[in-house]
Amino acid sequence: MIWVIALSIWATLFVGARLAMSRDVFRVVVGLALISSGIVLMLFSAGRIYTTEPAVIAAGEQALPATASNPIPQALVLTAIVIGFALVCFAFVLVVRVVRDGATDSADELRVAEPVPSDPVEPPASPSECEPPHPGSPADGGRGVRGGHRP
Amino acid sequence: MTVLVTSPIVIPLATAVAAAFAYRRPGLQQAISFAGILALLGCAVALVAAAIEGRPMSVSFGGWQAPFGIEFKVDRLGAIMVLLTALMGFAALLFQVGDPETNRGSTPRAAFTLPLLHGMLMGVCGAFVTADLFNMYVWFEVMLIGVLGLFAAGGRMDQLEATFKYFVLNVAGTLLLVVAVGSVYAVTGQLNYTALSEAAALLSPGMALVLLASLAVAFLVKAGAFPLFAWLPAAYHTLPGPVLALVAGLLTKVGVYALLRVYGDVFATAPEAALDVSREALGWIAAATMLTGVLGAAYHWDMRRILGFHIISQIGYMLLGIALGTDAGNGGTLFYTAHHIIVKANLFFIAAIAWRMTGSYDLRRIGGLANAKPALALVFAIPALSLVGIPPLSGFWAKLIVLREALALGHVAWTVVALAVSFLTLYSMMKIWMEAFWKPHPEPSRPIAARGLAPAWCVTAGLALITVLIGLFPETLAAYCAAAAAEIGGVP
Repeated sequence: MIWVIALSIWATLFVGARLAMSRDVFRVVVGLALISSGIVLMLFSAGRIYTTEPAVIAAGEQALPATASNPIPQALVLTAIVIGFALVCFAFVLVVRVVRDGATDSADELRVAEPVPSDPVEPPASPSECEPPHPGSPADGGRGVRGGHRP
Repeated sequence: MTVLVTSPIVIPLATAVAAAFAYRRPGLQQAISFAGILALLGCAVALVAAAIEGRPMSVSFGGWQAPFGIEFKVDRLGAIMVLLTALMGFAALLFQVGDPETNRGSTPRAAFTLPLLHGMLMGVCGAFVTADLFNMYVWFEVMLIGVLGLFAAGGRMDQLEATFKYFVLNVAGTLLLVVAVGSVYAVTGQLNYTALSEAAALLSPGMALVLLASLAVAFLVKAGAFPLFAWLPAAYHTLPGPVLALVAGLLTKVGVYALLRVYGDVFATAPEAALDVSREALGWIAAATMLTGVLGAAYHWDMRRILGFHIISQIGYMLLGIALGTDAGNGGTLFYTAHHIIVKANLFFIAAIAWRMTGSYDLRRIGGLANAKPALALVFAIPALSLVGIPPLSGFWAKLIVLREALALGHVAWTVVALAVSFLTLYSMMKIWMEAFWKPHPEPSRPIAARGLAPAWCVTAGLALITVLIGLFPETLAAYCAAAAAEIGGVP
C-alpha cells in the first residue's frame, strides 16, 4: 500500500513540476495545483497508513480504539486542501486577467513591471502606465499623470 | 488571559469583517479600521507588559491540552513582534488618510484595501502568537492571501503581473513549508513547539539536519534570502505607497521570526553537529544576501526598487545574528528586526511623500527637495543614516550587537562582508540624497508641494522620533531582546 502511495506522490509531483516550469502561465498554475495535491498526499501518509478504520470514538467510550486511523493528518490535510483550493481559484481568475490585459500567455513576455533594460548601465524608467496616477500636477509633462491602465 | 492571547487574531479578524461590510461608506470604514488598530495596539502593549513580568501566556483550543490541541503562546519574542505589527499597522492607516492611491473616491477596488490590510495583519499576528508548526503554515497562507488581494486591488497591468509572479514564487515557498512540516510530523509525531523541542533532542544528527534544512529553506524563501528573493524585487514596487511601506516593513520579517523560532527555540535542543552545519550554511547565505541585496540597490534609480533591494540586504544582517547560534546573536537579531521594521517602513513613507511632492519615484526625474522642503530632508536623514548604521541612531546599536558577537565567535569573513555592505548602503542613501534632495528639479518651474500631507508628516516624524529614542536609550530595548533570546533558548 505504502509503495502505491509513494509512487502516486512521485508521479503527481513529477507532472506538476514539469507543468510549473512551463512558460505558459495557465500551465504554471495547473502545475502548482498538482504539486500541492502531491504534497497533500505526502502529508497524509506522514501519519502512517495502516488501517481503513475511521477515527471515530464509539458511543460510551473515552478514547479512540487502537485499531483506528490517525485523525491528526486528516485534519491537517483537510486544512491544506481548503487553502490550496482557494489559492488555485484565485490564481485562475488572476491568470485570465493577466492573459486578457497583457495579451500574452507566455511568462517570458510578462515584462511590464520589470522592463527589459536597453542601456548596459542604467535601468529603464517605468513606463507611465505603470506609475500610480499623480494627483494634481499639470506641469508633469504627461508622465505619471495617467494611471489605471485598462486596455 | 485567554482573551488577551487570542486578541491579536480576533481584533483584526473582526475589523476586517466589519470594514468589508462597510465598503459602501468610506468614512465608516476608516473609523472601523482605526478603532480596530487602536484596540490591537492596546492589547499588544498589554501583552508586552505581561511578557516583561515573565508570565508566559498560553491557551489551548477545543478542550485539548497541548501538545494535542493547537496552542497559542505569547512570550517576550512574540509580544514585541505583535507590538511592532500593531504600531506599523497604525502608521500605515494614518498615512493612507487622504492618500490618492488607496482612496480613489468610491471605486469598488479601493473599498477593499482596508479589509485586506487587516486580514494581512491577522496573518502576521497569527504567525507570531501560535505555538504550533502547522498553524504557522496556516497563518503564512492567510498573510499570502491578504497581500495578493492588496497587489491585485489596483488592477493595473503591472500590478496583475506582479501579483502573478508573487503568487507563483511564494506558493512554491509555501509548498516547501508543507513538505517540511509534514516531514517533521512524520519523524517526530509532534507539531507543538514545546513537544517538538523535546523530540528534537532525541533525533539523530542526520535526521535533525534534514528537518532543519527543509524548514529553513521554506522560511528563507519567505524572508527573501539569497538566492530565493526573486519574488520581492519583481513585485513590491507596484504597490501603493502606504501599503508598500507596511508590507515592506513586516512581511519578510515574519520569515526571519520563523527562522529565529526554529533555530533558537524549537530545534535549539537538536544534536550540536546538525546545528553547527546548518548555522555555518546560514551564515554564508546571510553574507551573500547582504551583498546581492545592496548591489541590486546600487543599480536601480526608482526609489521603491532601491529600498526594496535594501530590504533583502538588511535581511542578511538578521540572518547573521541567527547563524551565530548564541543568545547574544538571537537577541541581536531581534533588536535588528525591531529597528529595521521602523526604519524601513519610514523610508518607504518618505519616498511616498517625495512622490507626492515631486511627481515621480524615479530619481532621474525629480530633485530640489532639500531646498524646498528642508524638514523632509531632516526626516529622511534620520532613517537613512540609521539604516547605514551611523551612531547614535538605532541602526548603529543593532549592527554593533550582531557584529560584536560575530567577531567574538571568530567569524571574521562575515563581519568584513557586513561592514563592506554598510559602505555600499551609504552609497545608496547618498544617491537618493544627491538626486532627490540636493540637485535642482529637472523642471525648474515645477512647484514642489503637495496638499493633504498632515497625517503623513505625523507618521514619518513619529517613526523618526522612535528611531532617535532607540538610538539614545538602546539599553531598554537591548535588555528586553536579550531576555527574549534567553527565554526562547532556555532548554525546557
